Amino acid sequence: RAFSAAADGGKITATLFPGDGIGPDIADAVREIFEAAKAPIEWDEQHLGKTVDERTNSFVTRENLDSVLKHGIGLKGPMTTPIGKGFRSLNLTLRKELQLYANVRPCFSLQGYKTRYDNVNLVTIRENTEGEYSGLEHEVVKGVVESLKVITRTASTRVAEFAFKYAEENNRHMVSAIHKANIMKKADGLFIECCRSVADKYPNIKYEEVIVDNACMQLVRDPSRFDVLCMPNLYGDIVSDLCAGLIGGLGLTPSANVGANGLALMEAVHGTAPDIAGKNLANPTALLLSGCMMLRHLGLNSHADQIQNAALAVIAEGTYRTRDLGGTAGTSDFVKAVIGKL
Amino acid sequence: TYMPKPGSGQRKTVTLIPGDGIGPEITDAVVQIVDALEAPIVWERFDGLSGSMPDGTPRTEVPKEVLDSIRKNGVCLKGTMYTALSKKNTSTQSLNVQLRKDLDLVVNLVHGFSIPGLKTRHDDLDIVVIRENLEGEYSGLEHEVVDGVVESLKVITEEKSLRIAEYAFEFAYLNHRQRVTAVHKANIMKKGDGMFLKACQAVAKKYPDIEYTEMIVDNTCMQLVSKPDQFDVMVAPNLYGNLVANVVAGLCGGNGIVPGGNIGNDYAVFEQGARAVSNDLAGRGVANPTALTLSTSMMLRHLGLHSFSDRLEAAVLDVYQSGDKSVLTSDVGGSGTTASLTQAIVSRLE
Ligand SMILES: Nc1ncnc2c1ncn2[C@@H]1O[C@H](COP(=O)(O)OP(=O)(O)OP(=O)(O)O)[C@@H](O)[C@H]1O
Ligand SMILES: Nc1ncnc2c1ncn2[C@@H]1O[C@H](COP(=O)(O)OP(=O)(O)OP(=O)(O)O)[C@@H](O)[C@H]1O
Ligand SMILES: [Mg+2]
Ligand SMILES: [Mg+2]
Repeated sequence: RAFSAAADGGKITATLFPGDGIGPDIADAVREIFEAAKAPIEWDEQHLGKTVDERTNSFVTRENLDSVLKHGIGLKGPMTTPIGKGFRSLNLTLRKELQLYANVRPCFSLQGYKTRYDNVNLVTIRENTEGEYSGLEHEVVKGVVESLKVITRTASTRVAEFAFKYAEENNRHMVSAIHKANIMKKADGLFIECCRSVADKYPNIKYEEVIVDNACMQLVRDPSRFDVLCMPNLYGDIVSDLCAGLIGGLGLTPSANVGANGLALMEAVHGTAPDIAGKNLANPTALLLSGCMMLRHLGLNSHADQIQNAALAVIAEGTYRTRDLGGTAGTSDFVKAVIGKL
Repeated sequence: TYMPKPGSGQRKTVTLIPGDGIGPEITDAVVQIVDALEAPIVWERFDGLSGSMPDGTPRTEVPKEVLDSIRKNGVCLKGTMYTALSKKNTSTQSLNVQLRKDLDLVVNLVHGFSIPGLKTRHDDLDIVVIRENLEGEYSGLEHEVVDGVVESLKVITEEKSLRIAEYAFEFAYLNHRQRVTAVHKANIMKKGDGMFLKACQAVAKKYPDIEYTEMIVDNTCMQLVSKPDQFDVMVAPNLYGNLVANVVAGLCGGNGIVPGGNIGNDYAVFEQGARAVSNDLAGRGVANPTALTLSTSMMLRHLGLHSFSDRLEAAVLDVYQSGDKSVLTSDVGGSGTTASLTQAIVSRLE
């Protein structure tokens, strides 16, 4: 569908949640750059409700969800979860209602932006629906709490299949299953069993299993040895943030949440930075690269490459870096520079 | 001046479990070094205590005589026993975990520090990770509810949380440390990790001079790789402690050099800080004995043998400071072997 629509010169409609804080600033930046690059995207802009929507028991409204379900694709800026009781968090609502079961984060060293780690080029794929995030907890007697970690064959197989397919489509050569099956023999044991049986179907992709503590140790010693990492929820959460740290933080890492039938919601995973909101200071890179992931997901690879290369070139050159990268450029200077490089 | 008790110079018996993988090689190195040091240590050895039985089937429990030996001696030095990831044996816990539980070793401590002379990405690190060692994700309570659906229980108790928090602050106080950071995921595990945090907060109040902060575990790992200087003493539930300690070990140069141990009210078991079987290196004579040697120095201090401890540590640091790569093992950029590094340490003992 995506391919033919674009080939026709038609446009693809995607949902856009600008979000809160610096969200609107960076969403505008993305929109402007996409337009300049003639990316065939029409945005259906969505805003969360000001009150809890009874149909969803969340600030995410039914219309918000329907928009993503209809278009099957979306981009989301950072959002503040309102504090209070009796309703679901934003992320949980989106994840559950849209069945976004895999979180994907490519992590690569940015040329010209040096950290202490070189040659990082890996992708973390995190199971996003179960595990330690089951929300099932109770105090058995006073002073004793049980929390349930739930691992299912269905969810583990689904994420493993996604990881291998992703590896194949993106010319990656190895998938590492990250686990702690020496301790959680049944739960993590089931997870690696599922990874193994999917691995059998992909003889051209190397498969290995690494215990999570060893993986953490090796990631900080030699990140270049990893390619695609496939993990249950909690390890994925921790390891993906560790990897973001290797390349310079969440301001630079794009991410995608992928669900059933190819539905995908890309997002910047950094915070809303209310202190610099509306001041033309925000760095739009994470959202922009997330937008590029979106284009690739739609088969619009050349547009994605064009935009991504332009943005990376601007960062590498160093003249128009935003403050978080040690520069003095405003958001609009950065946008202009990227457009100049298209 | 250390003023010993009459009789403090008598020989002390220490239980020695070489374990699997690289364990036998690095414990052998330590035995040689302690010999050369002429420390008053006698080893009670359990060679061949492996994760597998002689016939290759998984061993299901730590033999009583081994536990009795540690109970009698109070102190043990060990390698890691291998846990077969066998489908047939999902009901037995890791022997290492069983041993800790049987001996009530509630604390695991890993001390990561930059070794002068050893080049790593970050300099001047000095981080102590204090980890709850008995419960949490290591409860061993798991079952398959229906086909394809497994439940695993994470157990957090107020009692263990208070014990580990108290140890962390007491450690910080006794070692003149400035700050304790509690690592958690209480935004998701509100009750379990929430209880852990509450215990830390309660103990923190008793130590107004020690700065107390809290940090979510994923952010902690991100901060560790970018700005590790902000950390001093870290306290964590079991699994997060395991991950954080391994990140710290990686920052300081790897499993091969970072020391640590386990301690409870009655017994102490010293190990490589980031415990490892390392079948990849086993039997090749290339494992780095530094971590276990520094753990042994911690053990000597624990036994009141301060000057032996100091001499041992000085010899190890001297080897790295000298910059002779030909004696160091490959994990730290050298071209030597376990034997050459052991020899180098021995020759530098004062
Ligand atoms: N099959 C294995 N069995 C045991 N240990 C292994 C195995 N494979 C790797 N190891 C390494 O040895 C360490 C000790 O494993 P063990 O299962 O006994 O858990 P543990 O002592 O609680 O370890 P940790 O402190 O890392 O959680 C593991 O963390 C891992 O790094
Ligand atoms: N004393 C040491 N000297 C050198 N390298 C070490 C030492 N201890 C651990 N390592 C390295 O740290 C890594 C982690 O060890 P660990 O036992 O946790 O790995 P593992 O998961 O058991 O893998 P495997 O046993 O399959 O190698 C290994 O690659 C090992 O080579
Ligand atoms: Mg996270
Ligand atoms: Mg380990």
